[in-house]
Amino acid sequence: MNLIDTPNIEDPDDFLAEFLAAHRGLTEAQSHALNAQLLLILANHIGDPAVLRAALALARQR
Amino acid sequence: MAHTYAPFPYVAPPGLNAPEPRHKVVIIGAGPVGLVLALDLARRGTPSVLLEAGDAVATGSRAMSWSRRSLEIFDRLGIADKVLEKGVPWSVGRVCHGDDEIFSFDLAEGSGDRMPPFLNLQQYHVEHFLTDRALADTLIDLRFRNRVTGIDPDADGVQVTIRTPDGSYMLAADYAVACDGARSTVRAMLDLDFEGELFEERFLIADIEMEGDLPSERWFWFEPGFHDGQSALLHRQADNIYRIDLQLGPHADPKDESRPEKVIPRIEQVIGPDFELDWVSVYSFQCRRLGEFVHGRVIFAGDSAHLIPPFGARGANDGLQDADNLGWKLAAVLDGRAPPSLIDSYNRERVQAADENIRQSSRATRFMGPANGVERLFRDQILALARKAPFARDWVNSGRLSTPCIYATTGPDDPRLPAISRPGAVAPDAPQGAGWLLAALGRDAMLLAINCDAPNVADLPVLPVEANPAVVARYLGRAGRALYLVRPDQVIAARWVEADARQIARALAALWEGRA
Repeated sequence: MNLIDTPNIEDPDDFLAEFLAAHRGLTEAQSHALNAQLLLILANHIGDPAVLRAALALARQR
Repeated sequence: MAHTYAPFPYVAPPGLNAPEPRHKVVIIGAGPVGLVLALDLARRGTPSVLLEAGDAVATGSRAMSWSRRSLEIFDRLGIADKVLEKGVPWSVGRVCHGDDEIFSFDLAEGSGDRMPPFLNLQQYHVEHFLTDRALADTLIDLRFRNRVTGIDPDADGVQVTIRTPDGSYMLAADYAVACDGARSTVRAMLDLDFEGELFEERFLIADIEMEGDLPSERWFWFEPGFHDGQSALLHRQADNIYRIDLQLGPHADPKDESRPEKVIPRIEQVIGPDFELDWVSVYSFQCRRLGEFVHGRVIFAGDSAHLIPPFGARGANDGLQDADNLGWKLAAVLDGRAPPSLIDSYNRERVQAADENIRQSSRATRFMGPANGVERLFRDQILALARKAPFARDWVNSGRLSTPCIYATTGPDDPRLPAISRPGAVAPDAPQGAGWLLAALGRDAMLLAINCDAPNVADLPVLPVEANPAVVARYLGRAGRALYLVRPDQVIAARWVEADARQIARALAALWEGRA
């Protein structure tokens, strides 16, 4: 499977709001911890090493 | 009771009075690796001189977790029964974060193997069993208090200078194998350097003696309350001796940290006050190896060739597999049965194994001592996640436990057969009648025939294998029949569902030439 880099979430605004709400009230360190756990959970869910590598490359792209 | 170290007798070697006849193999260092190599060579009819600078077994437990593969090697050398009787087999590991257990694992998988996945036994006990065996073997000339002070290799042999309590002498051999450990004098004399990484991380290891009956399990703690944010490991060994490893961090002073006044309070925090301290050592993590393990007629095996942090039991077990890989090759070349190129395959295969060990150990070291910043953030969050989500446990790295390297090979294969027994892997054990498959393999290359007749190939004995459930699972998978070509070190060289004599003969020739 290829990395999906076109819109894939039905309501992106809703997700962003939920994501930011999850961070509300957290210290910066707690926010970093939440993000790290979220990334690990999603990476495991995706599983496919080719997709993960493509995502990593896209994130590193300037 | 703490171990007592009775010296082995020194006997003045013949070379002090008159030149000795040229030897086939001189092995330098009678630790586990040198002893296993000498015994394996002797089993194959090849005599050796085994030189040991000291005259006693190792001090302290040192290497103490023996892998299934090491136990299988011990079995071929005739000490497995003693090791199994004395040692503490285990398969369960528990991983804790802070003072809570976050998960446990069990390495046992059914009843396909004679040997347990791991067995704990102090190195000095293992060396005793091996030394007794070597002393009783007429093909092994084991010389204590014989310290190598010079080595002079040429195109077809080696001259070794040796110092004894009665003076110095020289001997010549076709091959020298340096099994003289992490601070190898042979390596230094040949001016060879290690390549790789030296970690700042330091660990304290201690043998303690205590009454009590802790379970035979591997216990690992990340950031336990009793040890101030560092890692700790506890293993049970024989004779009520327990082994504790404590991470000290990068700035620890090894001398200061080894003082009993410093060590005892630390251990009291782990297990309480009722123990006796037997032995303490401090080591730094190193992931380094020689660029090449074969230098003409001088060959390196074990810690003299590679240094690997001990979490995961990858030090001595890897060294024994070096010896296991080298023994049959050296014997075959010396007998004229194989070309010298077979020795090059030792270099290729064991460098691959060392690199795999180094990669695994570097990752474990990073996980135990993460750099500040993102490395520590993710390490800590993996540990936090492992408490609530099973998938995260695979990321928790308290040392990936030693399994035999699967050598890169282009030996004939059939995708219908199970992955566990693919070419390059050690032949998995299985029950056979009242005994075991590995025990039925001889000292020569062999053809296993499962549910079929084997074609007739010159110089290749055939072992018909009974297709019981373990054999079906490990050797047949969905195929109804199979032929397996097994090397003298029990590594699978090639396999087929169907093959004619010509195909098998070709694979056999590649085996003796050491082709990948």
